[in-house]
Amino acid sequence: MHVTSPVREPLIQGGKTYADVTEDICRHVEAAPTKEWKIAFGLSLVVLAYGSACLAWTWWEGLGVWGLNKTVGWAWDITNFVWWVGIGHAGTLISAILLLFRQKWRTSINRAAEAMTIFAVICAASFILMHMGRPWMAYWALPLPNAFGSLWVNFNSPLVWDVFAISTYFSVSLVFWYIGLIPDLATIRDRATSKVSKFMYGTFAMGWDGSAKTWARYEYISLILAGLSTPLVLSVHTIVSMDFATSVIPGWHTTIFPPYFVAGAIFSGFAMVQNLMLITRVVYKLEDYITLEHIETMNKVITLTGSVVGVAYITEFFIAWYGGVEYEYYAFFNRMTGPYWWAYWAMMTCNVISPQLFWSRKLRRSITFTFFISVVVNIGMWFERFVIIVTSLHRDYIPSSWSMFSPTRYDIGDYIFSFGLFFTLFLLFSKYLPVVNMAEVKAVLRSTSAQLPAKIAGVAKVRQRGTAEPAYNKDQE
Amino acid sequence: MAELSGKYLVGVFDDDDTVLHAVPKLRKAGVKIKEVYSPFPIHGLDEALGHPRTRIGIAAFMFGVTGCCAVLTLMIWTMGYDWPMIIGGKDPISIPNYIPITFEGTVLFTAFGMVTTFLISNGLGPGTHFHPRFDVRATDNKFIMAIEMSRNSMTEEEISRALKDSGAEEVNIKQF
Repeated sequence: MHVTSPVREPLIQGGKTYADVTEDICRHVEAAPTKEWKIAFGLSLVVLAYGSACLAWTWWEGLGVWGLNKTVGWAWDITNFVWWVGIGHAGTLISAILLLFRQKWRTSINRAAEAMTIFAVICAASFILMHMGRPWMAYWALPLPNAFGSLWVNFNSPLVWDVFAISTYFSVSLVFWYIGLIPDLATIRDRATSKVSKFMYGTFAMGWDGSAKTWARYEYISLILAGLSTPLVLSVHTIVSMDFATSVIPGWHTTIFPPYFVAGAIFSGFAMVQNLMLITRVVYKLEDYITLEHIETMNKVITLTGSVVGVAYITEFFIAWYGGVEYEYYAFFNRMTGPYWWAYWAMMTCNVISPQLFWSRKLRRSITFTFFISVVVNIGMWFERFVIIVTSLHRDYIPSSWSMFSPTRYDIGDYIFSFGLFFTLFLLFSKYLPVVNMAEVKAVLRSTSAQLPAKIAGVAKVRQRGTAEPAYNKDQE
Repeated sequence: MAELSGKYLVGVFDDDDTVLHAVPKLRKAGVKIKEVYSPFPIHGLDEALGHPRTRIGIAAFMFGVTGCCAVLTLMIWTMGYDWPMIIGGKDPISIPNYIPITFEGTVLFTAFGMVTTFLISNGLGPGTHFHPRFDVRATDNKFIMAIEMSRNSMTEEEISRALKDSGAEEVNIKQF
């Protein structure tokens, strides 16, 4: 039978029954869009339109409209790319790694977090297309025999590894997310009243009926996809970090990059999940599903990964001094005290100091404070990438070619484009798809709340269970 | 799922534990259960029903091996034979550099192969949503047990009583 420590708070509060879960989650999918949603959607469309105009000009005129120069040849485009990919990592961590670790609290947030992953990777990919300058040539990055001398892509190059890593990551995350959606789409299909939604949800539910055989295979494939996604998500940011680490630029050429980037990715991703979930839970009244326990647990992950990042910064700095390579030493000394000192110290404050405040139980259980710190962390992580990229490049080996980078309106506009894209997609998702995985929440509902029978509404059901003796171990987890 | 035909007795249960305990009870009483439909996975239900363990794990391994070999072959052939090049002073075929893409290819093939296997083995796909189901509440909060009459030697009343005794709150007859 279900064995859960009675000391633990139930994951889902409010004494929900299975029918309540369906009702609470489907309500916002079935209802007409609210005024707030329309305003938010309109706003993100405006942002997207402005960003698209900037992007159109970037592509029409060429990359010269950016603030790049001969010394700083990579700046906001790659910063934004790494930032968005990093944000995406939290979704996979929640849905895959926490599944492997049998963390049941993931069920309330995995759907939305994974949607965030997919949209964040789309935003990241848009920066790859942007910085190509000629996006219609994007297929040159694929290993296709071309008509220009049958030359292939260079498989030794981390940039080509990146093409494979990002496209695999995106498509695997997408199918993982979709497989998880099928049972919930079937629920909406069966409740649908209008012909259009019956047809649409019915088509995407693909005839799901919830038979025991199907569920057994569903659980199996979830485990396999989680097992695949776990090393995949680690490999993606490892490969992203190798874009830098395999080069010979001081400040980039370090072996610490892969673990340091992965920790940073999870750090910023969880912060973004917090931002999105704290808003979603209030707007959709999901406080019983995404409880303070969830928020606190995510804050603990933020503190852990933030500490890993902090240790990585300090290690990197120590090695720059201890290693005795003067170029390496200068790169780090310049980060701290050079013309970009403010970016470095913004990064240090936001990423190293702010997550440590969560050691206080009161602070990590405060919703306002959590929201604030999450924003701070995302700013910090953006600065981290900016510091790594721009401050390592702007003073190269010859002082006569030293220069500074300042963004033009198109650098900023293209960044704004990604926000417009992200929020437009997320708002569409949160309106037309269930933001919480109903089937998985129902599966953990009883095992985590039945220990407190007096508190839940379906008391009679619990008592009824005493009649039959279980002949097998039900809860195999 | 496949098209249904014939006459069925449909037991509606209110609770996952009740239905899980009802299955061995009914099977012991001689009732042949076709399938149980539930809104979420119930651990141990497929074993209780006597379904064989799913073998899609074997498929996963096969897809993985295929992906690994395919991607590795592509890289070795293009870099080593079709247009050999020395890059960074390394051998044209430098396996360590191929590890990341080999890994990604393995994952890609396995994931897509598994999803395809999953959909095909469950008969899921576009255009199947008009197929009839026993009870639409199976995706909401009820646990639906289907018993095919032509496969059972017991009478309708006997099965119906057995279902009620084991905790079913409703027993319906469904004719396709």
